[in-house]
Amino acid sequence: MECREARELLPAHVDRELGVREAIEIDRHLQGCPACRADYADQQAVRAAVRNHGTYFTAPGHLEDRLRTALPASAPGRVPPGKRSWSWLNAGAALAMVLAIAWSVGLYLTLPTTGDRLADEVVAAHVRSLMSSHVVDVVSSSQHTVKPWFDGKLDFAPPVYDLSADGFPLIGGRLDYLDRRPVAALVYRYRLHTINLFVAPATDGRNVVPQTLSRQGYRIVSWTHAGMAFWAVSDVESAQLNRFTDAFQERGAS
Amino acid sequence: MVEQTRSRRFEVIVLPHLDAAYNLARWLTRSDHDAEDVVQESFLRAYRFFDGFHGESGRAWLLGIVRNTCYTWLHQNRKQDLLTPFDEESHSIGSADPDRPSNNPEAILVRNDELRLLNRALTTLPLEFREVVVLRDLEDLSYKEIAEVSAIPIGTVMSRLARGRKMLLACVGQLKRESDNGV
Repeated sequence: MECREARELLPAHVDRELGVREAIEIDRHLQGCPACRADYADQQAVRAAVRNHGTYFTAPGHLEDRLRTALPASAPGRVPPGKRSWSWLNAGAALAMVLAIAWSVGLYLTLPTTGDRLADEVVAAHVRSLMSSHVVDVVSSSQHTVKPWFDGKLDFAPPVYDLSADGFPLIGGRLDYLDRRPVAALVYRYRLHTINLFVAPATDGRNVVPQTLSRQGYRIVSWTHAGMAFWAVSDVESAQLNRFTDAFQERGAS
Repeated sequence: MVEQTRSRRFEVIVLPHLDAAYNLARWLTRSDHDAEDVVQESFLRAYRFFDGFHGESGRAWLLGIVRNTCYTWLHQNRKQDLLTPFDEESHSIGSADPDRPSNNPEAILVRNDELRLLNRALTTLPLEFREVVVLRDLEDLSYKEIAEVSAIPIGTVMSRLARGRKMLLACVGQLKRESDNGV
């Protein structure tokens, strides 16, 4: 590979958007070319700086109210407000749930490349069926109600914490099925978003630090702690989902 | 009834991406107030064109509408923002880099006061470069999604990102020199 071609592909290499063959070729070129290597380091430094420290502007609270007033979707009297917010929650959490399942199917049953395609297909096929799904079997913002509810329904006791103080109120819980076994699903909320946290016993006892992954604009953070495996999934920004993960782990440690 | 289903679908698929829409609009218009107007207009358009949405990423779809609404708005209200002093073709990626700072980029970008400069530098980046950097590094879209949102080929996404990041680094270096000299 020559410098010209390498320079063209550098941003995609930094962003891990290249195929395996091209990535290997460009790595080989970088080993022997200090100039391209310096260019690569620049790209990587700027990318990391923007990702970690670029300002992410979040919409002010009144903008959401303004939109709901402006959109025909919220014409008064069409759906009672209480009911609307619940149906919204159900469908949103169902979407997150289906994505989590699609992701795990993609992860466990296929190779990474075909997994991507399969997950996309599963997601696309399910998006239209989301609205009717149920999300919470037990509706409660109290960990002392949600935690005992799982007793006798699962062969393990999932940790349950209300994270209202951190901005992530607990909405409830339900039984679910992931990776060929029943799991606990805890449902949290962040502003307009729903966060699903799936909990199951880990396959081995090692603790694993949180790993982040993106799928079609959705974020998944997975980790293992004290013999339990966790998957948090939502459409919130990654910074918020990381904050959620941190808050949950901190509560578990205290 | 049909209208009600449509509304619910819209609330589930599009409305949760309000923050993403606002972030993009805020970076492109560079004003809180204008970003709010653009976001509202974008959601109204999105609702109108919602029948054309077929199950791909709702976020990328909405951001495409926000991006177009921003450009229309800038064209009507701030034409000078659309003029770019940089010509991509004449600054080909493979050529020597006159603007490559001599300092180590990591050293330039780690200290706190330089992080503040980073956001200032991103604000001053020409529109089409600012756009791809925000979509990639703040919104975390794939190259394919950025190509769709910005209506440009993937090769152009790549060259704009490379160029944009390079300009950003040069700009931070320049702002740093200015502040070091007490300007």
